[in-house]
Parts: sequence; structure tokens; C-alpha cells
Amino acid sequence: MTPLLSAHGLTKTYGPRKACDGVDIDVTEGEVLAIVGESGSGKSTLLSMLAGELAPDSGEVRYRDREGRVRSLGEIGPAELRALARTDWGFVRQDAAQGLRMAVSAGGNVGERLMGLGQRHYGNIRAQALDWLDRVEIAADRIDDPPTCFSGGMRQRLQIARNLVTAPGLVLMDEPTSGLDVSVQARLLDLIRRLSGELGLAVVIVTHDLAVARLLSHRIAVMRAGKVVETGLTDQVLDDPADAYTQLLVSSVLAA
Amino acid sequence: MSEAYNFAYLDEGTKRMIRRALLKAVAVPGYQVPFASREMPMPYGWGTGGVQVTAAILGRSDVLKVIDQGADDTTNAVSIRRFFAKTAGVATTTRTTEATVIQTRHRIPETPLTEGQTLVYQVPIPEPLRFLEPRETETRQMHALAEYGLMHVKLYEDISRHGHIATTYAYPVEVAGRYVMDPSPTPKFDNPKMDDCPALQLFGAGRERRIYAVPPYTKVRSLDFEDHPFRVQTFTEPCALCGARGHYLDEVVTDDAGGRMFICSDTDACETRREDAR
Amino acid sequence: MYVAVKGGEAAIDNAHRLLAEVRRGDPAVPELTVAQIREQMALLVDRVMAEGSLNDPDLAALALKQARGDVVEAVFLVRAFRTTLPRFGASVPLDTGAMALRRRVSATFKDLPGGQVLGPTFDYTHRLVDFALAEEGAPETAAEAEPREDAAATPRVTDLLGRDGLIEPSPLDDGTPLPDITREPVDYPCERATRLQALARGDEGFILALGYSTQRGYGRTHPFVGEIRVGTVEVEFVPEELGFPVPLGTVQVTECQMVNQFKGSRAVPPQFTRGYGLVFGQSERKAMAMALVDRALRAGELGEPLASPAQDQEFVLAHCDSLQATGFVEHLKLPHYVDFQAELELVRRLRAEFEAGREAAE
Repeated sequence: MTPLLSAHGLTKTYGPRKACDGVDIDVTEGEVLAIVGESGSGKSTLLSMLAGELAPDSGEVRYRDREGRVRSLGEIGPAELRALARTDWGFVRQDAAQGLRMAVSAGGNVGERLMGLGQRHYGNIRAQALDWLDRVEIAADRIDDPPTCFSGGMRQRLQIARNLVTAPGLVLMDEPTSGLDVSVQARLLDLIRRLSGELGLAVVIVTHDLAVARLLSHRIAVMRAGKVVETGLTDQVLDDPADAYTQLLVSSVLAA
Repeated sequence: MSEAYNFAYLDEGTKRMIRRALLKAVAVPGYQVPFASREMPMPYGWGTGGVQVTAAILGRSDVLKVIDQGADDTTNAVSIRRFFAKTAGVATTTRTTEATVIQTRHRIPETPLTEGQTLVYQVPIPEPLRFLEPRETETRQMHALAEYGLMHVKLYEDISRHGHIATTYAYPVEVAGRYVMDPSPTPKFDNPKMDDCPALQLFGAGRERRIYAVPPYTKVRSLDFEDHPFRVQTFTEPCALCGARGHYLDEVVTDDAGGRMFICSDTDACETRREDAR
Repeated sequence: MYVAVKGGEAAIDNAHRLLAEVRRGDPAVPELTVAQIREQMALLVDRVMAEGSLNDPDLAALALKQARGDVVEAVFLVRAFRTTLPRFGASVPLDTGAMALRRRVSATFKDLPGGQVLGPTFDYTHRLVDFALAEEGAPETAAEAEPREDAAATPRVTDLLGRDGLIEPSPLDDGTPLPDITREPVDYPCERATRLQALARGDEGFILALGYSTQRGYGRTHPFVGEIRVGTVEVEFVPEELGFPVPLGTVQVTECQMVNQFKGSRAVPPQFTRGYGLVFGQSERKAMAMALVDRALRAGELGEPLASPAQDQEFVLAHCDSLQATGFVEHLKLPHYVDFQAELELVRRLRAEFEAGREAAE
């Protein structure tokens, strides 16, 4: 079956430095792929290129849409790219304030995509927002509050709701648990795991935290200095790393 | 003084430039056409856009009416009417039924307009999304891609906060099923008059350098939700002078003990009713 | 009984007549002449010409008289007049290198060919009010210097640096037609020529504040004054029938070349970057501020992060024109009672609902 998202030879250079060097990545429908590496490994740059937000210097990203057609991100116009980003894809940002409208209520944040798609019944939109707030475990009486008065964990959960309300097939996440308390992180990860399972979402999650990768992902790609050094099933790679760098990464994680 | 200036002040080249913009605007109803606004002898923000549009379309046989807040003799309406009397020598009138061109600030006349009439609106901020998104580069994209979700988010927020849509003037409309447009700061009371109107409606924003238009008999729909439909303001009392119901009324404070009376904002409509009653 | 108020026309006429009287002031005091303003308020006249975008000292002086000294009002008169003038073409680019110099200073070199020429400047004066000026009197005659050699003896500082490749070259004139902000509406993002045109006629106070902000950390550009030149340049025009340039006259201008933060990469060795300011008359503050903001607005093309207001094209250019700004700010004085009525109605309704809700709860 054709992958949902498929990237070949992605390269991005900043001056003398190659942030990404000939990266190949495939994501199949319904799978959770973790991209791990230390800071500076190029994983966030890779994610931006996969989302179509950054143009690669060379290489291509291909995406299979809802009708089954395979499109190259470099060829579709900005109009289609923006439309895709609002319906078929989600992007959960590391800093929730970047991915939410901080001055708009939680309900407005969740309902925006629905209104963008043409829904015009206030009661229905609000009901769908309430439903999603419940699914991400935000209390219903917070629906009219703006995210400025939400905790970090709540903001991330709201971001997830905002992205999932149009039932996208693919969600990209950039270090969604960073800056959160350990217990809050655990709760968020449980939520992501549950939802991606229930909805059959494909997820690409960038993280420096191997524990996050192990908990959430089916497959893992390890990045170092712009290159992917090892890919494979998460448990296999983490239990029995083949590459020397991966071995180093795994062994340097403190035992829980 | 009038000999030194071209008919209606602007030189013919400038008029041609404005008319080209107007033609584009009429061809794409509700779309904001950029134009090279000129410095006029009145300040930006005081009607230069409307004045440039009127100057570009005025002919010697036209009859011009100018209103501000619905009245012919508010100071700004007087000033603009005099400007055209001086620079174009056209006939002017206060009667809506006699005018061929009506330049207006913030109101649509109560008297229904007819084919062959042109209504020129003065517009301060042409971009309906401006206060939701200050960047011009971004709002241009949103219009191009018909991305109006943010506009409805604003209406949603109003309802969640107040129980009503809280926009009472400059109420956004969808024109010919495509572009979302700002009708200028007319009270939402006037929005229904724009829909399927026999007259040509032209909008000029001088400082912001934009022209847009609604051709005659075009569908103009005020944005709303199915379960919170668009509603106009209603007044509990009739006009204290002419007894009209269904006219927009101005509140006049008559004493400092809370005394008030309500009279028609449209002075010509009010006078006409009073004359007919005599 | 309330009768709808009429009489707007008469009120306006009376206001105009009162204005004319107040403009004249005390009739026992001698009336200002245009020549007096032009000669003795020259820097004010320069500012009106710069922001009015029209080089005509007598007209600017008259505008100031009519405007009772209000700069923005005077600029308005000049701009509105400018709109009525037919345009027959564009001049050849001014050659500021051939300027007849009145003043020329550089902060980047202690001494340089052509020297530091102080000219008439406030720079080293002590700002002590001189009460002697309250009376009429003739000033001390200024010393005279030897006439300057030809302009080639005073090369541009940027050319001196450029000879060694130390500063980025001026953009090449490849003959592409230039934008004209008075003929086409500005479209963001806009090119440097458009930005410079807008800055040249922009409000001095606003641009000064933005330039100042870059020096205080809101978008640092490490500026040095490479050169400030004040003097007269020839304006030349190429009529189609002749095919060669003919002189139309001279204008006084102030030019500021800022030398800014150097930039380089692995492929290109580092060079200083430029900021440019040019205004009518002797307006150093404006020319310098313009150069600072010009450089800040180039942040995007020079690969610098955009973080401050002075680097934000839309923010700077949409708000730098004093006529647009004052027009819209002051338009709030116009009647808005119809829209206010609409708001009143909503607020009253919401308050009634609130009360009804509260009573129902009790």
C-alpha cells in the first residue's frame, strides 16, 4: 500500500551547515513514527519540510490525499497547501501559543476549522467543541475561557482538539511534551496514544526523549547531524540498536 | 477659482485611472481593488475616497446629493457638496428622489433607490478582517482563498460572550456568494437595503487606497449563524417629528434630566413625510 | 419644541472667517511676509518641502503662513497643490557626488580627502537661549574660506570604502522602470525604492523614533555615519527631442550614508552594509533617521531575524505618512452618532437582559 507520506532525499542547507542531508522517510496510514535525536540533529527542520512549511533545497515530499491521489508538496500551490493544513493535516506545535489563538475562547479555537469548512450552526459547532474538549479531558465549563488561563498541559490538549476536529489523516507533533511536568506528560502521552489508536491517525512525533518514543511509536528514526542513522520498529531499535550512535543514545538514558 | 481646476477637480488621467479601478470592482463584486489615491483638498479619513469616486463618475447633467449620518446639512456633507458645486458646477439637491449620484457617509437613504442612481459610500477601513488580522499580506491571501473561518470565529465569540452577535455597524456581508465585504460603518439596520438593490453601489477608501463595488441586483447577505440569524435594530418609538416607523432614528438629548427624543436620521425622508402629511 | 437644527453652511462660513482673523493675530503686530518665513524659518520650510514632496521654498513658506505654523497642515497644503501639477517626466538621477558642498562630515574617518566641513550647524552650539535675538540686530559677518576645488577632490566615503570592496556596492541601475508611490498603490512586501520613497516624505518624528529604537536594541544595525552631505545639486532632464540632458536648476538636499553591520558568508567575504537617506533642504535629523530605518527594513533581504517594529515593512510604511495619520486620527471629530446609537441600543439591551437574568435568579 502506498505510504501516506513519503519523503526522498530531503536536504536543507544553512550556509555551510547541512541541517538535513538526504533524508528518506515514509509514514503509513495509522502508524506512529517517532523521529528522535539530540538538539541540532535536524529533526525539527525535517518536520517543517514534511509539513510543507519549509521548502527543501533538494528532495521531494509526497502525500496521498483523501481521494487516493499522490501529490508532491513542491508542486501544489499555496492555496491547496493551506487547505490541506486545515483539513487533512494537523500540526501540534511545541509552544502551544503558536498553535492556538490565545485571545479566542477554547470553543472558538476548536470550532474554527469547522467554520472554515462552512459549518454555520452555532449550536452544532459548540456541541462538537464540547465533545472534543471532553475527549481531551478539558472540563466543559472551560469552553468559553481563552487559553491564556490554561495550564501548559491543558493548552497542549486544546491544541490537539483543535487539530483533530476535522479528522485529519496525519498529525505532526513537535516535542509536544516539552516543558510539562512528568505526570502531565504522562497524561498527555496516554491521550495521544488513545486517540491515535481510536481514530487510526498517522502521527509523526519529533522528540529528544526516548521514553516518549517507546511509549507512543510503532517505528522510530534516529537522526544525527542531519542524517537518519537508523530506522526500524521502536522496540527492536531501542532494545537492540545496530548503529553506534543509537547505542550511545540508548545507553545514556538514565534508568527510570 | 473654479476656472483653474478641471471639471470636478481631478485631471482626466486620474479620472480614467479611477474608472478603470471601478470597472474592475464592478466585474468582481465585493473585491477590494487597489488604486493610486490622490491627495485631495480635504484630509484623508474625511471622505477623500468617496470624493475621488464621485469626481471620476460625475457628468455635467448629474444631480448630486451628499449626506453624512443621513443628514444633508451636517458640516462634512455641506463641505463636500460645496466642493463639487465649486469645482464641477453640477446641480445639487437634498431630495433623494431627484439625485442621480448620492455620496454618503454612514447611512443608506430610507427612500428606496432606483435604477440609474449611484450610491457612493465613504469607507474608512475597507478590510473586514483588519481587526482580526492586521497584516495586509495575510488578509489578501484569506480573500483569495475564501478563508473566512476567522470572521465566523469572531461572531461565535460574540454569541458565547454576549448571547448576541455584537457587531452593530460595519456588519460584514457576503457579496454574490464569494467575497466578504465591509459595507462601511453604516448601521446594520441598513444592510438589507444593499441586497438586490436597483442602484449601483460604489465604495471608496482614499487613505487605504481601495475601491470596491456591488453591481445592481446583486445578492448581499449579512453573515450569521443558522440558529442566530441576522436581525436589524428596532426602535420602540416612532419619529417624534414625522411619525415614521421603520426608519433609523437619532437620539437627541433634550435636557440634563434624562429627557430624550428620537427623530429620523434621514432628514430628507423625514421632511418629505412631514410635507406629504400637510 | 425641538426643531431639527439647520445652519451648517452658515456655521462653516463663520468658522472660516474667524480662522482668518485669528491667523492674522494682533493687527498692531506687523504681518509676517512669505520672504521672512522663507529666510528666517528656513529649516521649517525645508521640512514642509521634504514631507510635502515638492521643492518650492516660497510655496512652502506661504503654506506655513496659511497654516498658522502647523507643520502637518502646511504639508497638507503643499501635497494637495502638488496633486494638481502636471508631470512631464523624471529627472536624471541626482549626482550627489558632484554636490556644491555647504557641509560635509564623516564619523568613520578622522580626516579624509575634502576634509570635514562643518558648515552652518547647531551641532556645537551651547543651547543657551540668546536673549539678544529678541531684539533686531545684524549678526557677525562669517569668515570666508578659499573656494573649494572641484568636486572630484571630495570623493564619497562609500566610494573610498567601495574601492577596497569593504562595503556592499550600491544597487545597480539596470534601467528597469522604478515604482512610483504617487502613481501606484503600495503592495506589500515592497522593494527598496518604494520604501525609500515612502520614508522620504514620511513624518520626521515617527521615523526619528523608529531610528532611535534600533539604536536601543529594537533591531540593532551597528550604524556609523559614513558621510553627511548638505549642498546643492543640479537637476537634469533629458527631453525626448534633444536626447541629451539639460539642466533645469538646482535643489538643496541633505544626503546621509550610514555604514552598518557587516555581513559575510563562506562564499562571500564580509562587507559593511548600507543605509541611505535623502531629503530636500538641510534636514540632517530626517536624513539620518531615514538611513537607520532604511537599513532596518532591509533585515529580511540580509538574512537577519525580523523582531522589531522598525524592521516591519507594513508597520513602518503604513503609518509613516503624517497626512494619512492625522486625517484618520482627527476624523474621529466627525459625527459618529449613527453608529454610536447602534452601540447604545445593544448595550441597553444587554443590560436589560442582565437585569432580567438577575431578577429571575432571585
